[in-house]
Amino acid sequence: MTKRFALGIFEDEDVLLHAVENIRAAGVKIYEVFTPFPIHGMDDALGIERSRLPIAAFFYGMTGLAFALWMQIYMLGFDWPMIIGGKPHIALPAFIPVSFELTVFFCCHGMVITFYTISGLYPRWRTPVLDVRSTDDKFVVAIELNEKSDLNGLTKLLRENGASEVNEKEMTKN
Amino acid sequence: MQHVSAVREPLVTGGKTYHDVTQDVCRQVEAKPNIRWMAALSVALFFLGIFLYSVYRTLWYGIGEWGLNKTVGWAWDITNFVWWVGIGHAGTLISAVLLLFRQKWRSSINRAAEAMTIFAVICAAMFPVLHMGRPWLAYWVFPFQNTFGSLWVNFNSPLLWDVFAISTYFTVSLVFWYTGLVPDFATIRDRAKGPIAKVAYSLLSFGWTGSAKHWSRYETVSLILAGVSTPLVLSVHTIVSMDFATSVVPGWHTTIFPPYFVAGAIFSGFAMVLTLMLITRVVFKLEDYITLEHIALMNKIMMITGSIVGVAYITEFFIAWYSQVEFEQYAFINRATGPYWWAYAAMMTCNVITPQLVWIRKVRYSIPLTFILSIIVNIGMWFERFVIIVTSLHRDYLPSSWVMFSPTIIDIGIYVGTLGLFFTLFLLFAKFFPVINMAEVKTILKYTVDNGPTYTGVDPHANHGHQTTTHGVPANAPVNYNKHD
Repeated sequence: MTKRFALGIFEDEDVLLHAVENIRAAGVKIYEVFTPFPIHGMDDALGIERSRLPIAAFFYGMTGLAFALWMQIYMLGFDWPMIIGGKPHIALPAFIPVSFELTVFFCCHGMVITFYTISGLYPRWRTPVLDVRSTDDKFVVAIELNEKSDLNGLTKLLRENGASEVNEKEMTKN
Repeated sequence: MQHVSAVREPLVTGGKTYHDVTQDVCRQVEAKPNIRWMAALSVALFFLGIFLYSVYRTLWYGIGEWGLNKTVGWAWDITNFVWWVGIGHAGTLISAVLLLFRQKWRSSINRAAEAMTIFAVICAAMFPVLHMGRPWLAYWVFPFQNTFGSLWVNFNSPLLWDVFAISTYFTVSLVFWYTGLVPDFATIRDRAKGPIAKVAYSLLSFGWTGSAKHWSRYETVSLILAGVSTPLVLSVHTIVSMDFATSVVPGWHTTIFPPYFVAGAIFSGFAMVLTLMLITRVVFKLEDYITLEHIALMNKIMMITGSIVGVAYITEFFIAWYSQVEFEQYAFINRATGPYWWAYAAMMTCNVITPQLVWIRKVRYSIPLTFILSIIVNIGMWFERFVIIVTSLHRDYLPSSWVMFSPTIIDIGIYVGTLGLFFTLFLLFAKFFPVINMAEVKTILKYTVDNGPTYTGVDPHANHGHQTTTHGVPANAPVNYNKHD
């Protein structure tokens, strides 16, 4: 499917932030903003909801903790109990280090895998981008165009809000 | 919005623009390898060859190739293991702890420091694996059903804790480092001219486009990873110290070990970061990003941790006397005045006296002196581990089994060989990966005094009021953030 976009190119993140607010306030739907680095305040300006990844991370961590405790208690306490160093079979204080490490292990990897999955990030042979300068020094506001779009009006809006150039670009998405 | 005091030294000098950052960092990735890099790589590969030969001898003929004996069953192998793991810790400290403390100066050194962590942990892991004698059975350290051996692994053993600690530390550091690299790979990908580079960096960049939603999640992930890495890095060296502290060997059996080892790890790690950074900034012309201010700050951390280590040495001695345990007392007297007095003297000189020189401002800001200091500290920290391990073991409870330890050529070969392995990996990293986190440096560019509000001709302070971001948007504005990727 081929989509058409109007791309507003900005030179400065503070100008961009202001522009995004004004464009939204004008009732124009922003498809996406591409920036070379994270910009504080952009989430609010775009209305991006706060990520629930920390909650996921917490539950992954708890899973790791539960797994570690189950593993150690089952293996040394029930499956093959042995007396080691005169300690009880289930010597909980000695299980703390492994439990902690597995909590961190599950928390970190679970969260990172979730992050890549929900963001659709995976290795691919070629990566089409709307404007290659958006990973260098330009800030790009992409507005999707359809038959009814008023390109001149959009150009004017973007220009008024500080865009240094406005381009039109087509992109095929598979 | 941030405010930076005008009296603060700039974090990035030279009045860089965003594009300059990209250019300066990508330059060495895109250029053909230069002769200095090739020469350095050849030397590193030569030492890697020594490593491979020594490993071959160890595996083919067995652990008898090492200088170990019945009394000293642990020597250079564990010394080098602890030394390398310790070096790795500075990378995590810079990437995680300094992130939580919002120390912006970390931005230009965290990438290389994290790479150092990963390569140092790889080098460290070589020693316990080789000491197994049969590394192809290394999976026995993991809890598999007992058809592999006869029993489950012993979860009460600090050596097993080490397995979990090091595996977690390595994989978490790797993931943290790689996630930070993804946006920078995208930058290189979008600049790439050659077809191979385009495909390679497209694969590496995971299809990163820099969309606002991804950046938002990326920031959350970085923060949580920093949050979990901070206790993790402390736990790793704590567990390494427990390899010794939970034993009953005089000189090892002390409760001070965990904090003492962690401080020592950060101390030696910062020394190694300094060594690497002082070379990297010159070779890749990154003096504007890794400034004298960065060097001075790292020197200060080295001085603080070095002082903690010095206090720990003295505390150990005091406690040995205060405990009134004669074996403990002998272990410490023997350390300082016994046949290994020279190792002890080297440790005390390098680790207690040298870092105190950093109090002098001229030393802190001097590149040659810092370089020499960082090398001395690394030597000193190697001796610290050697002193703790070998001097505590070589004269045990039974005087008839008192011996001296001397390393064989294979011991030495494996040690200098891991240096070859480390530098091979680091040089490859420095050539093909961005050595500075471009995205992160760009975030601080505007707020560094040198660039100030003049950058791009737009004065950020002129746009008063818009910082309170959402107020400009009416409540009935369309919820216009599409779900798509």
